[in-house]
Amino acid sequence: MNSLKRLAGFVWIALGAMVIYLLFAQAGLEISEAHAGKRPLLDTQMFWYIIIPIFLPIMIGLLLFGWFAFKGEYDVIARDSEHLT
Amino acid sequence: MTQSSTTSEGVEPKGLMKVITASSVGTLIEWYDFYIYGAMAIIIAKQFFPQDNPTAAFLAALATFAAGFVVRPFGALVFGRIGDIIGRKYTFLLTLLLMGGSTFAIGLVPGYASIGMWAPFLILLLRFVQGLALGGEYGGAATYVAEHSPKGRRGYFTAYIQTTATLGFFLSLGVILITRKTLGVDAFNDWGWRVPFIVSALLIAVSVYIRLRMAESPLFAKIKKEGKISKNPLKESFGKKSNLKMVLLALFAAVMGQGVVWYTGQFYAQTFIERTLSVEFEQVRYLLCFSILLATPFFLVFGAWSDKIGRKTVMLGGMFLAIVTYFPIYKTMYRIADPAVKTEIAALSSTGSKVAVSAGGDSTLTTTTVKAFTDGASMKIVKKEVRLADKSKPAPKPETVKTFWLSSSGFWFMMFLVFIQILYVTMVYGPIAAFLVELFPTRIRYTSMSLPYHIGNGIFGGLTPFIATRLFDASKTTENPGGDPYVGLWYPILIASACFIIGLLYLPSKNDEDVSD
Repeated sequence: MNSLKRLAGFVWIALGAMVIYLLFAQAGLEISEAHAGKRPLLDTQMFWYIIIPIFLPIMIGLLLFGWFAFKGEYDVIARDSEHLT
Repeated sequence: MTQSSTTSEGVEPKGLMKVITASSVGTLIEWYDFYIYGAMAIIIAKQFFPQDNPTAAFLAALATFAAGFVVRPFGALVFGRIGDIIGRKYTFLLTLLLMGGSTFAIGLVPGYASIGMWAPFLILLLRFVQGLALGGEYGGAATYVAEHSPKGRRGYFTAYIQTTATLGFFLSLGVILITRKTLGVDAFNDWGWRVPFIVSALLIAVSVYIRLRMAESPLFAKIKKEGKISKNPLKESFGKKSNLKMVLLALFAAVMGQGVVWYTGQFYAQTFIERTLSVEFEQVRYLLCFSILLATPFFLVFGAWSDKIGRKTVMLGGMFLAIVTYFPIYKTMYRIADPAVKTEIAALSSTGSKVAVSAGGDSTLTTTTVKAFTDGASMKIVKKEVRLADKSKPAPKPETVKTFWLSSSGFWFMMFLVFIQILYVTMVYGPIAAFLVELFPTRIRYTSMSLPYHIGNGIFGGLTPFIATRLFDASKTTENPGGDPYVGLWYPILIASACFIIGLLYLPSKNDEDVSD
């Protein structure tokens, strides 16, 4: 089970990286479409200027979670404060 | 102080019910305050954020997005830190006062017509305070109740706190419906919408009175006496790998999926019925009220159940059921209000038109079509076409407003389908407070549990209706102008699926009975 947990760490790292890439790619595409008049400019800009700063740190958190999983940090879950702090 | 004595197994039952009442009533009112803004967003937009002013429109979107999603995690950090340093009781008293004060003030702010741009700025500021206060409230209330609860029953007792978000929503719907019925639609839209905001002051006063009579959490009081309080809870929570990894685990293995299941069942369902199916305003609110009322006791059932079979089993069970049944549920909901599959009664159907000409010579043609169906459902389509006197100007796009009234059987069936979705909410959300409390030590519990909770619920969950609606709009093409009504479901399904797999792999199966560490 622990091997699977560690191996899956790669999946979470890949997932985080993929979402970060998709966020920027989609934002770039939609904002350029908005500048070309195909979409409402203010709405499109607003949506992405809010979504990217919100989701970017969360996805960095997912990368970190994947890294911790890969390093075996979740092999045993600490149950008392001596192990936590 | 009227707090009953504390034992090693938690507070005595009579005292515990006082603790639960004091915490739950306040949290319920905070949710009520938060929801009434959302429930009246359209009226507020007209009063404070005129669409022809781009800055005001920008502020409107910011008020919706920022306060609901971005500010809440900041509130969790600010008040979580205070709660871990000075105590739970005074912190969630402060959040209650901030929430009540800002809600009451929203009800008093003059409209854009009276004070111009000050109106949207003031509303935005007050909405920010609301978001901050909500970010601090939940962690305090959940921690406070959990730290009073006996071993082996923590899931059940903290589930009372979990009912408050749903009951706060119910209360907001109820107060709005009663005010609207009492004053009439025109008066409500003109000034009556302020009443639910002003009523909040009374509710808050009662809640503050109750909370002032409560003592500090026994576990916090103990570590304070022993001098073990954290000097820098933020640094301890997020700066130390041993605790940061638990914060990430809480977010990605539980709260992220719980958030999307909650917001899909309770809010996206409403958006889908109201916008995609065009079901009439009051019918939607009545069916939501009934569903919520019937499902609410199940928070306690699943909270108690999680004490016996484990938080992981109950929460992931709810997530799994949501993932596999959302598509069939929404397809059935669509069919209930789909005129294309109904038989029209030609004798009861009609179409009429009228033309109104303005002083400038522009004419508006209004065509009203009423359709009645054999199952008792009916539909009204009002189409407005403006023809400008100045032919050189482009004519505005015709506006079509469709309203669908469900038949009696359709109403109850739709209510049942929403009830099922809220039942999933009770499974994932009922045990979450106990789960989060058990994951972190007392000295940094408020800070550590509040942040993942508000990211999972405020951001992953809170964005569900917006992202789902955006996916639906993006699915509209020239070949399929109606779009794919179910495409929005992919967002909660994918997020919940990722969370389910992470939870299955990494979450411990057994509950942590001892939270005194």
